[in-house]
Amino acid sequence: MALYSEKVMDHFRNPRNVGVIEDADGVGEVGNEKCGDIMKIYLKIEDGIIEDVKFETFGCASAVASSSMATELIKGKPVAEALELTNKAVAEALDGLPAYKMHCSVLAEEAIKNALEDYYKKHPEAK
Amino acid sequence: MFIYADNAATTKMSRAAVEAMTPYLCECYGNPSSLYALGQRAKDAVEAAREKIARLIGAEAREITFTSGGSEADNQAILSAAAVGAKAGKRHIVSDAIEHHAVLHTLKKLEREGFEVTLLPVTPAGIVEPSAVEGAIREDTCLVTVMAANNEIGTIQPIEEIGEICRRRGVPFHTDAVQAVGHIPLDVRTIGCDLLSASAHKFHGPKGVGFLYARRGAKLVSLIEGGAQERNKRAGTENVAGIVAMAAALEEAVGAIPENAARLVPLRDRLIAGLARIPHAALNGDPARRLPSNVNFCFEGIEGESLLLLLDDRGIAASSGSACTSGSLDPSHVLLAIGRPHGVAHGSLRLSLGEDVTEEQVDYMIGAVGEVVAHLRGFSPVWRDLVAEKTQFVL
Repeated sequence: MALYSEKVMDHFRNPRNVGVIEDADGVGEVGNEKCGDIMKIYLKIEDGIIEDVKFETFGCASAVASSSMATELIKGKPVAEALELTNKAVAEALDGLPAYKMHCSVLAEEAIKNALEDYYKKHPEAK
Repeated sequence: MFIYADNAATTKMSRAAVEAMTPYLCECYGNPSSLYALGQRAKDAVEAAREKIARLIGAEAREITFTSGGSEADNQAILSAAAVGAKAGKRHIVSDAIEHHAVLHTLKKLEREGFEVTLLPVTPAGIVEPSAVEGAIREDTCLVTVMAANNEIGTIQPIEEIGEICRRRGVPFHTDAVQAVGHIPLDVRTIGCDLLSASAHKFHGPKGVGFLYARRGAKLVSLIEGGAQERNKRAGTENVAGIVAMAAALEEAVGAIPENAARLVPLRDRLIAGLARIPHAALNGDPARRLPSNVNFCFEGIEGESLLLLLDDRGIAASSGSACTSGSLDPSHVLLAIGRPHGVAHGSLRLSLGEDVTEEQVDYMIGAVGEVVAHLRGFSPVWRDLVAEKTQFVL
């Protein structure tokens, strides 16, 4: 059996929503270089809808795939819905992750929550 | 294109080794402990292999004990020296920070049993300094264990100088030569070691077999009980076919050392020079005192597992010292010991060349690594911060 599912490899080889949003409404960063995974998520939000989302990731294939999938799952969705994204949903959408790589999906969930917190900080009126 | 560049992990069996072992699988399959002819033929084959291996490393046949591989040989060597030491009230061992885990974990176990272990640091090039070994030896030192060549960064250690120090100070010396045997010239008398470990699958022999050299008079304790095989030092029916194949593989490997080195060193250096042109990349290990097959780099701003999988897509099988490839949170202890910071150590790549590697393959690897590193840096927040000068480049 391969290390990762085809879905993981697809998102790793062809990550969706890669990049930076210069005038992002919310930016979230989690992880640290020491442990080997860093994810950064950029959100563009209009009228409570995530109009655009981009990510940058330093990490293993499952970290890249988790970020890619997480951005796909929240793109075009209301902020309230994005706040409910769980790491489990990310992992399931990827057809599963090896047990010792589940923390990558946790990082993706946290990065998005972080970015949304940043958004609320910058836009207190949106709360 | 498929390039197997992970020969430090394991090697393809040589034709000579396969041909040597085949008769001992289905025809001469007897148990060497059996008294009838079929068994005795197997025993003769094991003893002939022992003689051949001994001759190839400058030892006597009785000084060779067959094991299941390098890890077992390392365990047995260290635990034996520790047992002898403990009897004499000596419970101190000198080793270094870049040993294989088969050594380090065995030393940890001994620490839990009351031994004291001095793990010497290495130079930034990954060399264990003989003077440091000399300085660390105490009255109660029962063993010095320093590897012949490092499995990750390929540094060749000054084991002859260390061996000379140990002899002069009367301390047993073990060397884990798993990466060195069959790849660089080795002679146990020249090294002056008391114990030496080797593994067949690192020199085109089969997996699951290795040997421990123990100088005559160096006492071994058995790790496995249940029979009188290997002069009571290793119970269990001998891996006859594996042992025969190991001897054939070693004979071929040792014979080809000069010619392989002459071919590999220029190709290795071409690969090193090519990879060094990638911005913010650095060679790990000593540029000259290294195995002819070993290339190991760190690339700033990327992570090793991603690098490996994308290289696999391009037909290159390699390895990395990143945490994600080791299954732990920490990157390679070897890279940390030579002073690479955690973040940089995660972005390491080891290419260990096969003897049949071509210049075309080397150039292909240089191109592929360059592309993959650039691709990964393209969406790395670490790289973005470095380029934006928010953080400082280390390499």
